[in-house]
Amino acid sequence: MGSALNAIEFRDVSLAFGERVILDRVSFAVRQGESKIVMGGSGTGKSTILRLALGLIKPDAGRIFIDGEDITHHTEEQMMEIRRKIGMVFQEGALFDSLTVYDNVAYRLREQHVPEEQIEPVVMRMLRFVDLEDAVVKMPNELSGGMRRRVGIARALVGNPKIIFYDEPTAGLDPITARTICELALKLRDLEDVSSIFVTHRLQDIEVLAHEYVIRDDKGNLIFEEEGERLCLINTKFVMLKDGHIIFSGTDEEIRQSADPYILKFFT
Amino acid sequence: MNPLINGIIQVQELTLLTGRAVRSITRQPRYWGEMFRQMDVLGVGSLAIVLLTGTFTGMVLALNTANTLQKFGVQNVTGQLVTTSLIRELGPVLTCLMLAGRVGSGIAAELGSMLVSEQIDAMRALGTDPIKKLVVPRIVALVTMAPALTVICDFVGMLGGLLISITLLHQPSSVYLASSRNAVDINEMIGGLLKPMVFGFIIAIVGCYKGLSTTGGTVGVGRSTTQSVVLASILVIVTDFLLSKVIISLLLQPN
Ligand SMILES: Nc1ncnc2c1ncn2[C@@H]1O[C@H](COP(=O)(O)OP(=O)(O)OP(=O)(O)O)[C@@H](O)[C@H]1O
Ligand SMILES: [Mg+2]
Repeated sequence: MGSALNAIEFRDVSLAFGERVILDRVSFAVRQGESKIVMGGSGTGKSTILRLALGLIKPDAGRIFIDGEDITHHTEEQMMEIRRKIGMVFQEGALFDSLTVYDNVAYRLREQHVPEEQIEPVVMRMLRFVDLEDAVVKMPNELSGGMRRRVGIARALVGNPKIIFYDEPTAGLDPITARTICELALKLRDLEDVSSIFVTHRLQDIEVLAHEYVIRDDKGNLIFEEEGERLCLINTKFVMLKDGHIIFSGTDEEIRQSADPYILKFFT
Repeated sequence: MNPLINGIIQVQELTLLTGRAVRSITRQPRYWGEMFRQMDVLGVGSLAIVLLTGTFTGMVLALNTANTLQKFGVQNVTGQLVTTSLIRELGPVLTCLMLAGRVGSGIAAELGSMLVSEQIDAMRALGTDPIKKLVVPRIVALVTMAPALTVICDFVGMLGGLLISITLLHQPSSVYLASSRNAVDINEMIGGLLKPMVFGFIIAIVGCYKGLSTTGGTVGVGRSTTQSVVLASILVIVTDFLLSKVIISLLLQPN
C-alpha cells in the first residue's frame, strides 16, 4: 500500500523505449493538496511521467500509486475508475477535432450519462472560467493555439477532479492568459484542495505558483496575495528531471539555493 | 527488425486486438449512435462505387461468357453463369475490395490521426475505452453493411448482364431471367452472404489495427493507410479461397 496522504506516488519507476532509457528508478510523491512543479529539459520524460500516472502507458519496473492505490498493474477497466478522479491538460491540447468546443468540454459528462440539462450549466461555467463563452459552437481547427489550450483546460476540469495534471499549459501563450491559467491552478490548489503536477519551464509561472496564494474573504471575494515574510503556507514543491533521474526535489527556497549548473540555467 | 519477426508480432497484435474487440462487443457500454453513424458513413457512403462496380462487372461477365457459350451453342445459360459468378465470387470479393480501398483506408487514416494527435489518449483519460467507442462500431457497421452492399452489387450486376444480353447479344430478356433464376438457391445465398460478413470484419479490424498502431506522426498516418489497404485486400483474397473451399464442401455438394 502507498500512503493515503499521497495523491500520487512513484516508487523506483523505470521506463525505456526500446534501447533508450527515459526514466531510471524515479521516485517522488505529491501529497494531498500539493502542487508539484516538474521541470527538466526537452525530452527528459516529463510528459511521460504524466502518461504513466494516468495509466496510458505502463512502467517497465517500479510502482505507481494514486490516492494510495497501487495502479501499476491495473487493467484498462480498473483504470477507468481511477481516471475519473484525474483531469489531464495535454501538452498539445488533444482536442477532439470532429467535435465542437461545447461537445469537447461536455465529453466526460456525456460518457458518464449525465442528463443533458445538467451538463449545460457545467459546460457554460467552465467555458466562462476560461473566457471562451463566445466559442461554444466553434470547431477546434477554428481556434487559435491559446484558445485550444484553454478549451483543453476546461475539458480537464469538468467533473471536479481531485487530481490535475498540467502539461506545459502556458507554453507559447501571452503573459495575461498564462497568468490566468496559473491563477486558476492556485484557486484549485488553495480553495478546492486539488493535488496537481504542473509541468512548466516558465519562470513567470513559477513565480505565481510558488509565491502567491489565494484566499476567500468574508464576502466571498477571491484575494490573491503575495507570500509575506512570515507566511509559509504555500503548497508548491519542485522536482527537476535530468537524464532519467530526479536531480532535485524540494521547496522553492531550496531550489533557488542550489548550485547545480543545470538547475541554475532554468532560473536565469 | 527482421521482417519475419515483425510479421509475427503484427499477427500477434492483430489477434490480440481482435480478441479485445470481440470481448467488448458483448459488454457495456455500447455506443449505438456511433454504430449507426458508422453504418451510414461506411455503408451508405459506399453505395455509389458498389453500384458502378456491380453494373460493369455484370456487363463484362455477360459479354465474355456469352462469347464462350456461343461456341458450345448454349448461349441461353448466360444468365445463370453471370448470376452464379456474382453471387459466389465476384459480388463479395469486388464489393469488399472496393470497401478495403475506400473504407479500410479511411478507418486507418482517421484512427491514425487521432492517435498521433493524442486524441486517443485524451479519450482514455476522459474515461472512454477506444475499443468500445471506435473499434466495435466500425466492426459492427462493416459486418452488417458489407453483406447488404454485396446483395446490391449482385443485383445490379445481374441487371447489367441483362442489359448486355438484350442489347448486344440479342437474347430475349425472358431467357436471361429464367436462366438467372436457376442460379439463385438458398445455399448459394448463404455462402454469398457469409463471405462479405467475414471480409467486412477483416477490413474493419485491419483498418483499426493499422490506425491504432501508427507511429511516426503524419507520415506514419500515410503509411498506415496504405498498409491497411494492402493487408486487407490480401487477406480478403486469401480468405476468399479458404472460405470457398469450406462453403463448397459444406453447402454446395452436388446431390
Ligand atoms: N511512444 C514513444 N516511443 C518512443 N519514444 C518515445 C515515445 N514517447 C516518448 N518518447 C521519448 O521519450 C522521451 C521523453 O519524452 P517526453 O514527451 O516525456 O518528454 P518531455 O520531457 O515531455 O519533453 P518536452 O518538454 O519537449 O515536452 C523523448 O526523448 C521521446 O523521444
Ligand atoms: Mg512534454
